[in-house]
Amino acid sequence: MKQLDFDWKPLVLVPLLALLVMPFIGSTSTWVTLTVAGLAMGMIIFIIASGLTLVFGLMDVLNFGHGVFIALGAFVATSVLGAMGDWTGSDQLWRNLVAVFPAMLVAMAVAGAVGLAFERFIVRPVYGQHLKQILITMGGMIIGEELIKVIWGPAQLALPLPDGMRGSLYLGDAAVEKYRLMAVVVGLAVFATLAWVLGRTKIGLLIRAGVQDREMVESLGYRIKRLFIGVFVVGSGLAGLGGVMWGLYQQTVTPQMGAQVNVLIFIVIIIGGLGSTGGALIGALLVGLMANYTGFLAPKVALFSNIALMVGVLLWRPQGVYPVANR
Amino acid sequence: MSQTNQSDALLTLAGVHTHIGAYHILHGVDLAVARGQLTMLLGRNGAGKTTTLRTIMGLWHASKGTVVFDGKPITATETPAIASLDIAYVPENMGIFSDLTVKENMLLAARSAKRADQMDSKRLEWIFTLFPAVEKFWNHPAGKLSGGQKQMLAVARAIVEPRKLLIVDEPSKGLAPAIINNMIDAFAQLKQTGTTILLVEQNISFAKRLGDQVAVMDNGRIVHAGSMKELADNEDMQHALLGLAI
Repeated sequence: MKQLDFDWKPLVLVPLLALLVMPFIGSTSTWVTLTVAGLAMGMIIFIIASGLTLVFGLMDVLNFGHGVFIALGAFVATSVLGAMGDWTGSDQLWRNLVAVFPAMLVAMAVAGAVGLAFERFIVRPVYGQHLKQILITMGGMIIGEELIKVIWGPAQLALPLPDGMRGSLYLGDAAVEKYRLMAVVVGLAVFATLAWVLGRTKIGLLIRAGVQDREMVESLGYRIKRLFIGVFVVGSGLAGLGGVMWGLYQQTVTPQMGAQVNVLIFIVIIIGGLGSTGGALIGALLVGLMANYTGFLAPKVALFSNIALMVGVLLWRPQGVYPVANR
Repeated sequence: MSQTNQSDALLTLAGVHTHIGAYHILHGVDLAVARGQLTMLLGRNGAGKTTTLRTIMGLWHASKGTVVFDGKPITATETPAIASLDIAYVPENMGIFSDLTVKENMLLAARSAKRADQMDSKRLEWIFTLFPAVEKFWNHPAGKLSGGQKQMLAVARAIVEPRKLLIVDEPSKGLAPAIINNMIDAFAQLKQTGTTILLVEQNISFAKRLGDQVAVMDNGRIVHAGSMKELADNEDMQHALLGLAI
């Protein structure tokens, strides 16, 4: 038996998609710009989707209300960054980061705290009942959106990029926006942290085991419900972080922004294999690249393209790129 | 009720009824598992053996009756709390985490260890002598093991730390004769350590070689309880209870 039996084929999908599209783009510099933009978008979607895939994998909970934490994170960021105008208005990157970093932390903390209440009062009564989960979590999202309107008002708010994060760097002729590079760095940091926790700690071991067979984890003496609550809170916090990143990416925030991203997130976790963090990363990068390439090549099919991508992947691997065993 | 004296029993079930949805599976199970002995739970398919084990573990709760372990009532206790009383359980499907390595499966069961190097090395060495495949495939994904190797891992995982009671559901199911002999040797060694064991079995030869006490189930009830030797020596009783001779 081989010691290393890693399934590498899904890893090829991301570079394969990028290389296949290259001839259609025409210009190499445009291709580089679109690819970096796609990877940045994919990383932000991954940050948002990583928590949801674990929530589904661990407790079989379909949380259609996940989007509300994205919007909440973004609105919290408007307040925090709005109060730090001196720092965001500076053209020095380090001063911008001093403002953005606490905005991310506060957004994660608020989204995580609301996630705790969401799990307790909305999700917990409907464990094991998929239809009710869909209905009640969507209802929870609507309530959340209305509460955001009560606090911040119904209008679209601006979330401008701090001055030092504006503009582009040039790789030859290709323009790469600074903020998109930052999104890639933050996404990689989140992935590395998740990979370390899941792969190197006992908590991570329990989460991976729970995704496969939660009943057996309980039979070994671990309270998986507590673990699930922890994962739900962290997942909500990550959605809040993703909301900050997404809001800065779009430079505007609306209470419905989470609902708009919800479809993309579910495409990502289905492509990934429902419960797999690595699969979610590949799914998110594919979705980000596909959205940017089709937005450039054929804008009219941009919305359809990610559905087609999901169908294509599922035809290849009906349970996603990294299906979780025992499910 | 088993002939085991209640005061000698580590685990007792009294009048246990279990419903699964609309189905009434256990109809007043009375069972006593003697401390330090190996009790076999026999019966035909559908007799309620697996349901009895799952009820003990709190995976399905008894709708009526009581389950008492080491003097503590656990009828309504949640599964993790029951396991924390030092009860190890190996389900019929073995409950192996296929995506995890053999080492990670073992580490999960070692509740006192946060890292693999914190597991009791002497106990691990003993387990490796019982089940060499566990050591051989230590860093391999458990999902790649054969059925027999998975069963060995499932039992090895259950005993990675000392437990008061080991509950195993059909350990010989689907195994080759050579592996069954290996499993019998392992349980025999476990018995010598004083571990109380409750085994569900359909393999009568396996039961005869290992059992101290026996309980036979039919239609959700215990219809016979006594010593294994008494049942093994009485062909009429075997026919009456199990429809075959041992």
